[in-house]
Amino acid sequence: MSVDLTLTEAAPPRSASTLQLQFRRFRSNRLAMLSVGLLALIVLACFFGPYAFPFTGEDADFDFISAPMDLWSPHPFGTDEYGRDLLVRVLEGGQVSLTIGFLGALVAGVIGVLYGAVAGYAGGRADGLMMRLVEILYGFPYVILVILLSLLFGGGNLALFAAIVFTLWLTPAVIVRAQAQSLARREFVEAARAGGMTGWQIVVEHIVPNCISVVIVYGSLLVPEVILSESFLSFLGIGIKEPQASWGNLIASGTSAMDSDLRLLLLPGTLLALVLLCLNFIADGLRDAFDPNDR
Amino acid sequence: MTLLEARNLGVGYKIPGPGLFSASRMLPIVHDLSLSLEAGRTLGVVGESGCGKSTLGRALLRLIPPSAGQVLWQGEDMTLIPDLRRRRAEMQIIFQDPVAALDPRMTLARIVSRPLSTFEPNLSRVQVRARAVDALQQVGLSADFADRFPHELSGGQAQRVGIARAIIGRPKLIICDEPVSALDVSIQAQVINLLMELQEKMGLALVFISHNLAVVRHISHEVMVMCLGRVVEQAPRDAFYARPLHPYSQALMDAVPEPNPKRERGRVGTALAGELPSVLNPPRGCVFASRCPKATDLCRQTRPELREVAPGRQAACHFIET
Repeated sequence: MSVDLTLTEAAPPRSASTLQLQFRRFRSNRLAMLSVGLLALIVLACFFGPYAFPFTGEDADFDFISAPMDLWSPHPFGTDEYGRDLLVRVLEGGQVSLTIGFLGALVAGVIGVLYGAVAGYAGGRADGLMMRLVEILYGFPYVILVILLSLLFGGGNLALFAAIVFTLWLTPAVIVRAQAQSLARREFVEAARAGGMTGWQIVVEHIVPNCISVVIVYGSLLVPEVILSESFLSFLGIGIKEPQASWGNLIASGTSAMDSDLRLLLLPGTLLALVLLCLNFIADGLRDAFDPNDR
Repeated sequence: MTLLEARNLGVGYKIPGPGLFSASRMLPIVHDLSLSLEAGRTLGVVGESGCGKSTLGRALLRLIPPSAGQVLWQGEDMTLIPDLRRRRAEMQIIFQDPVAALDPRMTLARIVSRPLSTFEPNLSRVQVRARAVDALQQVGLSADFADRFPHELSGGQAQRVGIARAIIGRPKLIICDEPVSALDVSIQAQVINLLMELQEKMGLALVFISHNLAVVRHISHEVMVMCLGRVVEQAPRDAFYARPLHPYSQALMDAVPEPNPKRERGRVGTALAGELPSVLNPPRGCVFASRCPKATDLCRQTRPELREVAPGRQAACHFIET
């Protein structure tokens, strides 16, 4: 029964943290890494591409009204019926769509994660009330909500953004709450309370970091969802308004000119489809890398 | 001075009422429990699963609020201690599942030293790190463990990290909630000996919760037997193991397997007959009456009080002659 405790145990050879291992696994996924590269290329093109042209997407060029595609002319992908350069407009529209996409997903994600983590950790009646609220908000018809909010904010980008965030934080909240509930029962949370941590400290330092893998995966699916709903609302005419471009309203005006000139639809449509594909492949790769059942 | 004292402590869990807005009900787990513990001593708490041992341990630290009675810490009512969060450095807990007790996303140095930022907020980063390494070394882990993650550890190593976290604030009491029942037998001995060594070095008091009677015998000075949330017997270790008085304690002792298979085969009457009563519907009489071989109508009707049956020994049974 006597064991020599003066002999301290040496540590096993160095290995990485779970997060490092997961990212290593993600990097070995070729399709996902290709998507990251392509997405980065599109983002760079949207934000820096327009500076390569001497005009902006709102300048009309009356010598080239509805010019066809000609790669060697000043307007390589042609112009629309007002003489505005289509390529520059699509790139500028990309700025709007991508910004709303990532920012919207970020804001909705942060709100949802904190709300869900607090509800899941608190449990009991607070949790019940918080989740009933989420369920009530789930029941709200989306388009009516957007119209109400644009009346409230007087239309414009802010109303659109608010509407998108308002509807999209619900799902991450529900996902994280389930995760937080199981984490709150783990013994390390009890140890944290015995160590004198406050409830809020436990949520921020223990609960949220342990939900992060779920959140990353869901967040990467949230970005295309936000871009799609922006496009959808702009397509309906509620979202981004002319002359400001977004992929949504470019596609909308492209559809109306579809019979005469398919190019107005194809360029923004292809870019949007590419971005959505990339994001979905990335989300897929992240899910494979983070799924504990795969380990 | 008495370090920890519980007076008529009752603990229950709130369970939600039938509807969203109806009042919640109390599910009582521990009833009318009193104990006292001196500095540097070990109280072993034994009992079968679900008897309220772990709940008691958490209530003693006020991790669960008691529903009745009070807990005194060095003579001070715990509910009235100002800034109990900081004072928690003096009273710590280690857990049954050593791996689940460590946050998988933190390094061991961070896990071990996190309580210090509450207990001693004025320490510099270098000092905190030094204390963490020192705590790890005290539990027999070398300094290069500091930057490891919990998934790299074995169960025994993880339990040592749990102990290191408990001792970093220089506590006076550690509640050990079944600290070795998830470990290999060979590792159990190491962890028990480590706890005893730390107890001697730091003058720790321990509340050692376990269902393993052999382990409790090795580490405890005093033994308390619980059945269905009530104390049925309390005695000094040697007297208890020489002759347990309560029929429930005797049944627990009989249930310990005999290492010699020839003799194990010859043993008779070890298994208890009868049903364990439900916590939701506790019996009116003795908590053990439904399974006790000696039970009479008196036992089923009237609950025996815990009383002094020999000097320093208490038991709750109608049939123990004093």
